[in-house]
Order: sequence, then structure tokens, then C-alpha cells
Amino acid sequence: MPIFIDRRLNPKDKSLGNRQRFLRRAREDLKRSIRDKVRTGGIADLDREHAVPMPRKGTDEPSFGDDRQSGRRQHVLPGNKTFSPGDLIDKPGGGGGYGSAPGTTESEDDFRFVLSREEVLDLFFEDLELPDLVKLNLKQILSFKPRRAGFAASGAPTNINVGRTMRNSHGRRIALRRPKQAEVDEIARQIAELEAKQASAAVRERITALREELERIERRRRRIAYVDPVDIRFNRFDPQPVPNANAVMFCLMDVSGSMGEREKDLAKRFFVLLHLFLTRRYERIEVVFIRHTHQAKEVDEQTFFYHTESGGTVVSTALEEMHRIIQERYPAAEWNIYAAQASDGDNFATDSERCIELLDRKLMRLCQYFAYVEIIDERESHIFGSTENGTSLWRAYNAVDGKWPNFQMRRIAAPADIYPVFRELFARQPALRKSA
Amino acid sequence: MVSQARKSELLFSGSDWNFAKLSRVYDEIEALGTEELGLDIYPVQMEVISSEQMLDAYSSVGMPLMYRHWSFGKRFLYDEFLYRKGARGLAYELVINSNPCIVYLMEENTMALQALVTAHAALGHNHFFKNNHLFRQWTDAGGILSYLDFAKSYIARCEERHGLAAVEAILDSAHALMEQGVFRYHRPPKLSSEQQREGLRERLEYEERSFSDLWRTLPPSQGKTKPEAGDEILAERKKSLKLPEENLLYFLEKNSLVLEPWQREIVRIVRVIAQYFYPQRQTQVMNEGCATFVHYTIMNTLFDRGRISEGAMLEILRNHSNVVFQPTYDDPRYSGINPYALGLDMMQDIQRISTAPTAEDRDWFPDIAGRGDWRDTLLDAWANHRDESFIRQYLSPALIRKWRLFMLADGADEPHYEVASIHNERGYAKIRSALAQSYDIGASRPDIQVVDVDLLGDRHLRLQHKVKDGIMLEGQSRDATLRHIRNLWGYEVSLAAIDAGTGATLSERWTKEL
Repeated sequence: MPIFIDRRLNPKDKSLGNRQRFLRRAREDLKRSIRDKVRTGGIADLDREHAVPMPRKGTDEPSFGDDRQSGRRQHVLPGNKTFSPGDLIDKPGGGGGYGSAPGTTESEDDFRFVLSREEVLDLFFEDLELPDLVKLNLKQILSFKPRRAGFAASGAPTNINVGRTMRNSHGRRIALRRPKQAEVDEIARQIAELEAKQASAAVRERITALREELERIERRRRRIAYVDPVDIRFNRFDPQPVPNANAVMFCLMDVSGSMGEREKDLAKRFFVLLHLFLTRRYERIEVVFIRHTHQAKEVDEQTFFYHTESGGTVVSTALEEMHRIIQERYPAAEWNIYAAQASDGDNFATDSERCIELLDRKLMRLCQYFAYVEIIDERESHIFGSTENGTSLWRAYNAVDGKWPNFQMRRIAAPADIYPVFRELFARQPALRKSA
Repeated sequence: MVSQARKSELLFSGSDWNFAKLSRVYDEIEALGTEELGLDIYPVQMEVISSEQMLDAYSSVGMPLMYRHWSFGKRFLYDEFLYRKGARGLAYELVINSNPCIVYLMEENTMALQALVTAHAALGHNHFFKNNHLFRQWTDAGGILSYLDFAKSYIARCEERHGLAAVEAILDSAHALMEQGVFRYHRPPKLSSEQQREGLRERLEYEERSFSDLWRTLPPSQGKTKPEAGDEILAERKKSLKLPEENLLYFLEKNSLVLEPWQREIVRIVRVIAQYFYPQRQTQVMNEGCATFVHYTIMNTLFDRGRISEGAMLEILRNHSNVVFQPTYDDPRYSGINPYALGLDMMQDIQRISTAPTAEDRDWFPDIAGRGDWRDTLLDAWANHRDESFIRQYLSPALIRKWRLFMLADGADEPHYEVASIHNERGYAKIRSALAQSYDIGASRPDIQVVDVDLLGDRHLRLQHKVKDGIMLEGQSRDATLRHIRNLWGYEVSLAAIDAGTGATLSERWTKEL
């Protein structure tokens, strides 16, 4: 007799360590894949699993191998039908060896694998240089609370729904004609009555018949259970995220000609990060996209990021549009309002005053948080650095910045510059609440 | 009543398995195998695993224990992808050449499949592992599991102490040379026992601990004496190099001047594992053929004796015929010769030649034709052959005709293949020899050797690739592999391609050109 070992209950993820090593190895490629996802996908799409193509760089395992394009070989193959010695056969295209087994290299081309949400976020956070505590905060999933959601045929005994179960059992008993207790009692009563009478032959016969009937009924009652396992229903619970509140996030962006690919890419990451933060704190988030040149318009995400428009730059139009939408659809009493604005700082000369007024008088009273990023050239970053001077919009916003604690502004030239804009947001979460 | 009696003889009924049934079936199969076929096996340890665990086992080259490396993670993702997509099923079993012989059974298998797998792996493969001369001489079935355990924990400790990146760099380089990390011609030095290894490690650790950097800063005493001592050491070292050396990993492990003791140990671990798998690669056809022949014979015997029901037998036969399916060369499913099919057919052919030979068989196989003792012939073949010699010895003209084998001559610079031989009188011997040749790992892998090291000068390591039939090395992977060798050697490395026939140098590649 051999030794048997049941390993089915052993831990499964034996190769988890290998997976982590592999992901680290292919980090650069994977990061690029995720960056492409951010670039092409919606800003709310990032926060889940993603299938990514197999990284090529850094993950090949070289060894000495023959060059298929050189030398003389012999192949032995099965299944000759018509060939005789001396026949010539054209080589199939591509020049690969005929008898070569299909190597893994060709089929790995369309090979994709799934990165978990955690891994995706890790890769996304990489150049953003978020502090660890913040990363943890963003990765945390909301707490869930079970909510009743119909019935199920299986479950824990504590969740049995008695009403439902008894209803099923009742229906089944009727359908299968299970004799009722009353019928049993009735026959028993009749037998008792007859037994009390004189014992004539007819009565005895009747008693026997009744006894048989009683036995039949009781057998039937035993066979058709009062409550059968098929009747049992359980209360089903669905995990529901704990309702927090609703939030709306306004994305404002200058789309005039001066905003190129790089600027838009940076702006997008900025929006994604704010969105990620909001998804952690609020149950429901709506995103409103407003783009502007010399006039502003609410658009869908696709148009927002991918369509360009020509025209001048009047920032206040976007702020007015935002104010209008808030008035129409998002009353500040019910919604937490967040705004993120990205621009290259250009503005029509006299418009900046108007922007200050709009923000100061109206918007900042409604918003939880207003983040402004000015995307500058990397070469300019050391010139402007931290000076107060800058574009007209920058100078105007500087005035607002001093007055409102929930206003943040920042010049960014690289992904790593984005996070500081949100530092306040991540650091002082409870304090923000009351400023609303 | 008759059916009642038959039923009680059945080893199992229904498709569900349990440990009692498995054990009953195993005992029966073992008795049959040892008595009827004369098999001789290691004790068996059967482990039941789930499909996820089977995928895990795949990624660690089928071993129950393995050190961690990213390439296994890549393998796992790839296998998982194919499995999830439905492009490939999982093996029903996995068997490890160890003592006791470990057989993994998948929990999803039906009882009939478990019986099949038991006969295939626990008897067939097990017998082959225990008796084939390659496995007996070159691998240490008793020690492999404890060695892997040591390897895993040793590499984990190195990762802790020296960092993941440093360990990974060494493993990458060593993996690149796994093909060149085996002794082909002489027997490998015996695996030292656990105690010896422990002792060696302790000594190295002591040296590391007691190493004091202070000594290095002492001014050189009397400039003259040193070079002389150095000369002696170097001369001694060169003498001990025993060049040429075909096992590159062994050479680098013993002679590299830049490897730290722990790096040497890692190179050694990779080399030992490569050596352990080397016999398996040389005996694919025989190993699978032996296992398939054994399960086919045993299952049929059980069925004839009424121990397996017809339903179960049908299921077994269906799986059996899937395993030994051989598409022809023009079939889209063709992906080379199926070792299960070729092995089984050849062994059944031996059985036929022993019991019912034709005149042709008597001509070709005078020693075994009509002797009737096919069991002994097979046992002898299983014990003493590898694929190449087995085919060279036993592939019969009848089988060549049955398979309709033909041979193509393929010159890289010609636009056509030429049909060189087909299954006729003139072609039998040529096809047999060409097929045997294609299973000769030693001949089909690039032959690369260390030929010279200038230890006194610039420590330039010279490698030589013997080019046979004009088959060169693929350029990109050659350069990448050379870089790995340079990492392990620490100094300049060059690889010369020498034509095996004429001895002319065809090309030479230096690491400084990379």
C-alpha cells in the first residue's frame, strides 16, 4: 500500500513569490502599459484589474541555440503519402525549419495576463511619488455592510427565512397531496368509535379497512416530509459599500492650441489621481468635464481629452459654466464638490480679475476643494520654481490661494510634481469636512 | 447471480474516487506489474492536488520544492493563460524521480483515470526511473528532495543577506548556461552528503566572518617575494583546470575569479539541477513509452480478468488513444513526433517480433525474433538504453512502414526540401539512423567548450563552438548568453566557431565587441 497525502488543503499560491519577482523584473514595461491605459482609457477606469500584454524587455531567457537559417539538417516525419526519393518540396514561407515544433516565442505575442487592482495602482503610483500612507489610503477598499437582497437556496443555517421556507413546504405538501393531521385524527376517532361499539363482523371489517387506511396515510406522511431540504430558503445578503456621500468632480481644462500631448497627459494623471482619491471617500462620484477656449462647454470624456479646438483663452467662461452646472444639478447641500483645473496659464489679459471674483464670491464657498495645476515646460521649471511671478492666471489665483485654505495651486513639469497639489487633501481629511 | 459475482470482483464502480478505492486499485496494479511484467519500483507516495496546485507545480519545473525566480513566475502566467483560455488541458499526473517516488494525482480525475494514472506513473515511470542506467548513474533519487530543500532555503537566505537583485543576476546568468551545465561524457562528481555540505558551509561562513579588511591595507612586504608566490599559485591553478571542459557552469563555478562563495554555491545549485534533468531529456520516448506500455498492458489485463467495468475501460481507452494520437506531417495538429506514440508502438512492436515474427523481422532482429521472451527484452531495453540507442537498435521496417516515415534533407540556402528516403528497402536504415540521431541530445545541442584561459595575462576566457553541418549559433541569443558568461567570469570572453570537419575558424565573437 502506498502512502497517500492529501495536499488539496495546502496553500495554493506557492508561486506568488515568483509572480512578484516577475512583475518587479518587468516593471518598466508594465508601467508603460499602465501609462497607456491612463492615456487611452477613462479616468474612472484605472481602479480595477487590467489585462496587460506580456512584457518583452528584460524577460527573455537567452541560451545558446542554433540558427535556423544556416546549415544542413535532416528531418524525419510521419505520414508519407505521395513522395518518392528525389522529390523536391517548396519550403513554406518564413524560412523556418519544417520539422520545428512551434516554439513558445510566436504564441507569446498575443499573450496577455491580468494584473490585480493592487498591482495596477502600485504601477500607477510609481512616478507620482506618493507617500506610503497615502498609497495605502487609496488602495483601501470601502467598508462593506451586508444588505438584504432576495433569497438563496443555500446559505448558513442562521439565515434561514422561515416564512419563505414554510410557504414552499406548504405548496409542496399540497401538490404532493400529503395527508393532513386532521385526516389522521378523523380516522383514529372513527376507529375509536367503532371499537367502542359491539364487535359484529361488519364492524370488524370496517375497523380493519380503517386501520389499513390509517397506515397508508401515515406511510405517505412519512414519505412526504413536512419540511424538505428543497423547501428551505435563506436570506441572501449583498455586500453594499457603506454609503458615505455623493461627490461631484469638475475637471476644467484649457484646450486651446497651446495645450499639447504632454500637457494633456500630465493633466489627465492629475485628474485620475483626484478621482482615485474621491472614489475612496465617496460612494458615488460624478465627473463633469468642462473644456474651454474663449468659450466653455460641458463635454464627454472622449471629447475632453482627444478633441482640440482653436480659439483664444478666457478662463472665466469655464468657471461660469461650472457655477451654472452646480446651480442646476448639484446643490451644494447634497453634494461634495471638488474641482480640478489644468491649464498652461494663458488667459485673456483682463479676464483674470473676473476669475478672482468668481472664485472668491461664488465657487470657493461651494467647493470642498479646488486644485489648480499649471503645466509648464520642464525647462521652465527651474526658472519659475517657486517664484510668485508667472502668468496672469497664476498671479490672479495666488490672491485666492492666500484667502482660502481649500484652494491649492501648483506648477507641474513632471508626474512627480502632481502629488503636492493634493497634499492638503490627503493630510487633513477631517478638517476639510467642516469647511464645506 | 452471475452478474452479482462479477460485480463483486470489480475493483471499483462509479466515477467518484476515494482513498480506499485508490489503495485497493494500487495494490492490485502493483501486484500485476511486479508479477506479470517483472517491474521493480521505488516505494510510492501519492499526493492528491487541485488544478491550481498543478499549475504551481508546472511553473516550478514539476518539482515540489523550488527556489524562487522570476522566470518561474513568467512560466506560471503563461501556463495559466493557456489553461484558462482552454488551449491546453493539465496533465492528469506528475511524477518525480525521487525515492520514495512521488506521484501527483489531480483531484478532478475520475476513478477510472486515477487507475490509469496509477499504472502509468506509479508503475511505469517509477520502474523506468529506478532501473534505467542513465537515472541510476547520473541522478540521486534518494537525495534530490533534500537537496532542493537546501537549495530553496539557501537561495532565500542569500536573498536576505545580499539582496534580491544580486541573487537574481547570478541566477539569470546561471540559467542561461543550464544547457552547457551538464557532464555529457563522464560521470558527474557525486552529490556530497548533507553533512559534508553543512561542514563546507560552516567553514565558508567562518572565513567570511573572520575576514578582516585590515590585512589588505598592510603594505606589501618585500616587493619581490610576492610575484613568485603568485606564479606558483597560477601555474598550479592552470594545471588543475583540466581543459578542455564542456561543462561551462562547472568550470565557472570552480575557476571564476570574481565569484563570492555564495555566488559559487548558487551556480552549483543550478548546475546540479540541470544535471538532474539531463537524463529525462535523453529518454523522453523510452520513459513515456515504458509508462504507456505498462498502463496499456495492465489495464487490459485487469479488464480481461473482469476487474474493471466496461464503462471504465471505455473511458480509459478514450484517454489512452488521446495520449497516443499521432497526426501526420501535413495535419494542422502536427507538432513533431509524439513520444508516447512512438515509444508505445516500438515496445508493442518488440512484443510482436518476439511472439509472431515475420521473415523480415528474423533478418533484422535475429537475437529477439521468435524467442517469445518479450518481457525480458523490454526490461533489458528499459534498463540499458536511451532514446537514441533504443531507436537505432529496435525501430523495425514494419513500424517504419506503419508510420510511413520519410526523411527530408534541408539545406538552409536551398529553396526546396529534398525527399531523401522513404519507407522502402533502401530507406529503412537511413530513416532509422536519422531518427535516432535527432534524439541524440549531445549531437543536437551546440557543442561549446572552454579551451583556454590566459590566467597569467589578461584572464581572457576562450570558448570554442564546434560547428557541425554548418549550423551556426543564433546571433542575438549568442551575444546575450556571452554577456552572461562575462558576468560570471568577470573578464573578457570570446567564442570562436570552429568547423568540426575542417578545423577552420568560421567566426569569432568577443564580449568587448558587444
